[in-house]
Amino acid sequence: MPIISRGFAGRRTEADVKLPPGQYLTTDFPVLSAGPTPRVSLDKWEFSIDDGTNVLRRWDWKSFHNLPAENFTVDLHCVTRWSKLGTSWEGVSLDTLLADVKTNAQYALANSYGGYTTNLPLADLMNKQAWIAFKFDDEDLAPEHGGPARLLVPHLYLWKSAKWVRGITLMDKDRPGFWESLGYNNYGDPWREQRYQGN
Amino acid sequence: MWRTATVVAVRDETATARTITMEVPDWPGHLAGQHVDVRLTATDGYSAARSYSIANAPNSGMRVELTVERLPNGEVSPYLTQELRVGDQMEIKGPVGGWFVWQPQQTEPIQLLAGGAGLVPLMAMIRSRQSAGCAAPFRLLYSVREPEAVLYSDELRVLSENDRGVALTYAYTRSAPKDWPRAPGRIDASLIANTSWSSTAGPTCYVCGPTSFVERASNLLIASGYSPDRIRTERFGPTGEQR
Repeated sequence: MPIISRGFAGRRTEADVKLPPGQYLTTDFPVLSAGPTPRVSLDKWEFSIDDGTNVLRRWDWKSFHNLPAENFTVDLHCVTRWSKLGTSWEGVSLDTLLADVKTNAQYALANSYGGYTTNLPLADLMNKQAWIAFKFDDEDLAPEHGGPARLLVPHLYLWKSAKWVRGITLMDKDRPGFWESLGYNNYGDPWREQRYQGN
Repeated sequence: MWRTATVVAVRDETATARTITMEVPDWPGHLAGQHVDVRLTATDGYSAARSYSIANAPNSGMRVELTVERLPNGEVSPYLTQELRVGDQMEIKGPVGGWFVWQPQQTEPIQLLAGGAGLVPLMAMIRSRQSAGCAAPFRLLYSVREPEAVLYSDELRVLSENDRGVALTYAYTRSAPKDWPRAPGRIDASLIANTSWSSTAGPTCYVCGPTSFVERASNLLIASGYSPDRIRTERFGPTGEQR
């Protein structure tokens, strides 16, 4: 039984909205990053898939935009407890990017301009669950939200959706990324409230 | 794991910010810059949780201090800053966060940039420095709306008068004290150049505040020669303008 806080009533106006445990609804779009926002010029931008030794696929901004893009609407859940529902994006599905890649890898490490990394099972990047997104609300993705392009894996806490993404490394063995090495949960399922290590 | 915290003191810092001192019997200790999750539960079982930076120095035993800024439409901060009183209980989880931290074994110069209530985790770093008796030289650039909004004003004044190791610069954004040398406004390149460590001194920089402040401050630091990997940031609040 939790401790009751005397005099706390709370607000229940959002009772009809189903949120993961411990989350609250926001209509704003907060920004959280561990460092300065990197500025990535489009003529230098690239996205690659490698296996730790060899680059398996590589796209520049132009060839990336020749891939079939999708519009999708998803809910976002940040470990700092805000959730934002029904956000509209445009991007390329990881199913498309991984389509012809032959691998036995079970894990993936996304890496970003600026040095950020985050790990997840490769299966969580497949089956219409993950995208490299470059538009939010019909506008080019703003740098503070991860532009030119970010990973979006909305079924996990938002730190898994690496901003300023530049590539994905396929791995046989799991390896913790940035926040996963600093006390946050290795998997990060918001519906099971896997915020921190030991959850 | 949620721990029971009992309020042992409350202190109004400004018209909208309050410091809450809690005792947490099984508190494992924290590092300067870390935060906690606070959970409030109503009598019918409804609960709400939010994250707040820890304000006090690490070696404070079972005491945890938070300074909470009241948000006009907040669900938790109005309760914490207006309703809460000594003897009340809540639950906290943590400490959380291993990146935006300063530890006494760091010897390099430290540059702190605070925007508004973003001072709180940086104050924990200053207090940690003082309580550990560290020699690492600190500089704090504190961007704040007006003199009345300054947090910890007495403590900061005493500190800057008595300790040459902590240099303090206020940057007022809306209104400044009479005869203040700088017109109110956002921080800019010349202020950074005149008051902050040069990048050649090898400083580590901690920037905390609303997103607009953190974006501006870190861009100015990079323009002045800082390497992005020497800048650690913590952002809060909405994407829009500073409160």
